[in-house]
Amino acid sequence: MAHLTYGRLSCIMTKYANKSLVSRAGKQIIPLTACCLQFTRRHRSIDAKALHERQKQQMARGLPKQKAITGVRQVLVVASGKGGVGKSTTAVNLALALMANEPSKSVGLLDADVYGPSIPKLMNLKGNPELTDNNRMLPLINYGIPCMSMGFLVEETAPIVWRGLMVMSAIDKLLRQVDWGSLDYLVVDMPPGTGDVQLTITQSIPIAGAVIVSTPQDVALLDARRGAEMFRKVNVPVLGLVQNMSVFQCPKCNHQTAIFGSDGARRLADALGVTLLGDVPLTVNIREMSDVGKPVVVSSPDSPEALTYMTLASAVVRRLQEINT
Amino acid sequence: MEQNNESSSLSEVQHVILVLSGKGGVGKSTITAELALALRHAGKKVGILDVDLCGPSIPRMLNMDRANVHQCDSGWVPVYADAEKSLALMSIGFLLDDPDEAVVWRGPKKTAMIGQFVSDVAWGKLDVLLVDTPPGTSDEHLAILENLKKHKKVDGAVLVTTPQAVSTGDVRREATFCKKTGVRILGIVENMSGFVCPHCSECSNIFSKGGGEELAKLIGSPFLGSVPLDPQLSASVEQGKDFLQSFPDSATFSSISSMTKTLLSSLQTP
Repeated sequence: MAHLTYGRLSCIMTKYANKSLVSRAGKQIIPLTACCLQFTRRHRSIDAKALHERQKQQMARGLPKQKAITGVRQVLVVASGKGGVGKSTTAVNLALALMANEPSKSVGLLDADVYGPSIPKLMNLKGNPELTDNNRMLPLINYGIPCMSMGFLVEETAPIVWRGLMVMSAIDKLLRQVDWGSLDYLVVDMPPGTGDVQLTITQSIPIAGAVIVSTPQDVALLDARRGAEMFRKVNVPVLGLVQNMSVFQCPKCNHQTAIFGSDGARRLADALGVTLLGDVPLTVNIREMSDVGKPVVVSSPDSPEALTYMTLASAVVRRLQEINT
Repeated sequence: MEQNNESSSLSEVQHVILVLSGKGGVGKSTITAELALALRHAGKKVGILDVDLCGPSIPRMLNMDRANVHQCDSGWVPVYADAEKSLALMSIGFLLDDPDEAVVWRGPKKTAMIGQFVSDVAWGKLDVLLVDTPPGTSDEHLAILENLKKHKKVDGAVLVTTPQAVSTGDVRREATFCKKTGVRILGIVENMSGFVCPHCSECSNIFSKGGGEELAKLIGSPFLGSVPLDPQLSASVEQGKDFLQSFPDSATFSSISSMTKTLLSSLQTP
């Protein structure tokens, strides 16, 4: 009441003077003055706002609080709604390309695919991580990139049959209990889908941007679109799309075949209003090198595939700068 | 008791086969759709239950993504792909208002949905129910196994892999999962096994070759066959065409038909 000036008060009274406002109190209908009811209404709306805030706070209880990882400047996630489109291959080669483009930067790689961790195979790393004095895990390093994955913590053949809650706890450990040191970029290889792992990660740490990978075919694009939609819902900026396995060139006759369809990801990028960051062809070289744990950016840095990844890394850095200004 | 109502939804389904893979993108949904079409050609009544809640591909593959699910006395009516009702489908894709909507759910909600898919869908009389799963070994897999076991025994699982090492590694984990949960492995399918250039017929092993067969030997399971990379297959699946009708001369057709015969005979033998 003290907040209202005389002018505003008289304005309200004039507005409601002509309406007959009543209120029931017990069995009698007691006519109230307009201004009393108006004040009651304002009081109720303030109450409603406070109630809404309290409800929001209550619902947020139990959800992880967003906190940055110590020492890590920017977190990039490589995701897709769809499985098997090349997220891990892209994440590994992107991390290496970021370092190759700017050798002064330090880049780390986190494999958040708890059920099917591919990073150990792709980076040719094996073994259990050591612990520091304060019980944090030391990432395993190869090609200058410190890596952490569930694959280092379990046997090669053991399935990880965990429900969502256990996965949340595991992801928390992979995020917080690892001694990353000081990193300019942490590239996170996400699992397929739009479920617990994705939600946990986006709720736990601030993410600088998401790179969505897709092959050109319809079913992959549908899921990639869902993946992009999910990031929009949780307010993570989508840096752009990567079209993977776009075209296959026959090594014998050089005839090009678009095995998984043509240019679908380019069209999706236009439809979603995001940048197409890169177009990686389907080559036997990438797969062969991945299988022996020698990512193509390191094993054949002058090849067209490696150059595609370098261009991708430059595009990612450019987009990050655009978003941050 | 609830059990009476629940048992009626699957009581007329003869066989239930899970299509699994630890790895994403190896072609589970494609193989499920192709096996279903092949079984239908062989005169069987088939159903497909798509429990990939985050990435339901089956409606799109069979060109049914605009269909709606209706209710009847005994529960939800599955979407039929044809007038003879020889191919029944159920997927979360049919329940979404917008097919592009993202399903961003945590485990318990997914488990509840899958429970409903198993007990509240009036499948009717089916010879085979194929279950298309998402990659991994998580809530969806545990939920579908628990719910199916409540109603009837799961006949077995078909594991799909591509030949390369990153895939076979994950599928090996899945095989261990099957052994631990008592699910019989009916066989391994090696998908995307080699690509024949349409121009010069040179065969390139883009995703390597033989990995699936080696895996089958390693885990002591039957090897059902290898399916090559066929751009015509991808294109026709994209357009929801019946591949087996459109391209009976392709190598894919012969692999899938022989796989179907092997599967049917292993279903007869307990």
